[in-house]
Amino acid sequence: MKTALLCLWLAVLLTVPLWLTDLYFLHILITTGIFTIAAMSLNLLLGFTGQLSLGHVAFFGIGAYTSALLSLGFDLQLTESYRFAVAPKPVWLAFLAGIVVAGFFGWVIGRISFKVRGAYFVIVTISFAEVVRLVALNWVDLTEGPMALSAIPPFTFGIPGLWEETIYKKQPNYYLVLGVAILSYLVIRRLVLSRVGRAMIALRENEPLATSVGIDVTRYLILAAVVSAAIAGAAGGLYAHYVRIIDPDIFLFIYTVTMVIMVITGGKGTLAGPIVGGLIFGILPVVLRSFAGPEIQWIIYGAFMILIVFFLPDGIVPAIRSWWEGRVGPLAEPEPAELSNARPAERQAE
Amino acid sequence: MSAIPNTAAPVLEPVLEIEHVAVHFGGLVAVADMNFAVHEGEVVSLIGPNGAGKTTAFNVITGFLRPTKGRIRYRGTVLTGLRPHEVADLGVVRTFQKTSVFDTNTVFENILIGLHRRGRCTAWETLLGLPRVRAEEKRLREEAVEILEFVGIARRASELGGALPYGEQRLLEVAVALAARPSLLLLDEPVSGMNPAETSSFMRLLARIRARNITVLLVEHDMRMVMGVSDRVVVLNHGKIIAEGPPAAIQQNPEVIRAYLGHGVRGEGAKRA
Repeated sequence: MKTALLCLWLAVLLTVPLWLTDLYFLHILITTGIFTIAAMSLNLLLGFTGQLSLGHVAFFGIGAYTSALLSLGFDLQLTESYRFAVAPKPVWLAFLAGIVVAGFFGWVIGRISFKVRGAYFVIVTISFAEVVRLVALNWVDLTEGPMALSAIPPFTFGIPGLWEETIYKKQPNYYLVLGVAILSYLVIRRLVLSRVGRAMIALRENEPLATSVGIDVTRYLILAAVVSAAIAGAAGGLYAHYVRIIDPDIFLFIYTVTMVIMVITGGKGTLAGPIVGGLIFGILPVVLRSFAGPEIQWIIYGAFMILIVFFLPDGIVPAIRSWWEGRVGPLAEPEPAELSNARPAERQAE
Repeated sequence: MSAIPNTAAPVLEPVLEIEHVAVHFGGLVAVADMNFAVHEGEVVSLIGPNGAGKTTAFNVITGFLRPTKGRIRYRGTVLTGLRPHEVADLGVVRTFQKTSVFDTNTVFENILIGLHRRGRCTAWETLLGLPRVRAEEKRLREEAVEILEFVGIARRASELGGALPYGEQRLLEVAVALAARPSLLLLDEPVSGMNPAETSSFMRLLARIRARNITVLLVEHDMRMVMGVSDRVVVLNHGKIIAEGPPAAIQQNPEVIRAYLGHGVRGEGAKRA
């Protein structure tokens, strides 16, 4: 059952550019896909380790800026005598560097999160995102500040030296984003459904018990933060080379909030949650725009969100799962292996 | 305090040595000067009235608290200053006084989490999905089944930990601790809240745990259990050890009776506690 659903889902996603001819909608799908990747990465931290990072957009932005700057090249006069110049690098190399640099900052935040937890961790992450935004805004020599980095080269694909194609069109960009999304999904899935993921879930559920059986909290928090930040960095890189212009507004708090909304409404701590949430809240504003005035749009958006959180407190995916299991039968094989995180029906039964 | 009348295991080396440990919380002295040892293969009970410092002692041994003074050694390694997971890595695993399982995970997953130390694959290997990761996962699952059967909650495998009846939750706790392959198991009031039948079956479980060469340090209020399973009993009162010895001697010890019941009542006190 589950496999059939997955195949159908993949088939739909793969054929979208064939039947969706409206380029505007394809554009919406691409940006939605990019934010869905970011939401998936946030879910690893928020949903599985239970750490609320409200500065997640920092990793997204760091990935975007690193990738953009390396592909454009830059020339910095650091001191009177010392100049630091980087020649433009191929886009794929810049993209990978963006992932690594974002992952590095994830490591830093992960180290801090061992010392500060709960509300303090939230504050640290918000501050971190704000500091990075201010750096991007004010270090004009490097980032062009509010003038924005423009003419960022798009992705190229092909065989180096033989044949190369630059991706300007929407369709290949769509497949690129889809490919990165599937890869990110698989990475997260593999981690989460393993001993590593169990350790993360254990420290979310009951940290004293987790440590008492030998789970090193620091280690797994850092691991989650690094992987999460790296994937967010990848999303940022995709964004930079697709939109091809980025400015410090990329670090705005509203983007983090959007990711959090996607994760929470979809179902935090479930693999499919951020995808469902991401698609809904990526496409909803566009749908609303087509028939409602600007003020009404945000009121509907807000009301919709409140309704979801109010009636489906665990998110859409866990709600659908328990509904399905209540009517039709178990979705997964009855093997007790699948890591279940939220089963509202059973919880109420307690 | 008299010399240790070590009748149960006279030839064995001490594995856990608690040397002049004191724990102060600001002005409050939770443990004043604790000094005892647990020997290989023993079952030692730590008893005392509420607030005597028993759970504090557990927290200090397992790295959840740092002692203000003193030193703890386990098979020669100093535990003082280690973090809980490092203590667990040395084979010292505890349970908690307040029932503590992974509520929203199934019983089977609870055990798999407990088996964490038994896995060796790194995050990289997991990401790459190497064959040995799958082999290890299979091995862990087999071990989990074995532990569930050992403790006797195998038929609950797919139920949520938090949905189990109380007595079985306590068994699950012990199963999770056993999954971490302890050589010294610290049980904090494992049968509190259990009915007499459940307590009896837990005592039989304890005997089987012991047969696996696991040394046990037990904190317990149920005197039937303490007197039934222990080789030695250590009595704490107001953060100090007031008596130590085999169960029979402890039951007669006037100081212990006074600690539990105050002055005047004899005999009855130690039995009922």
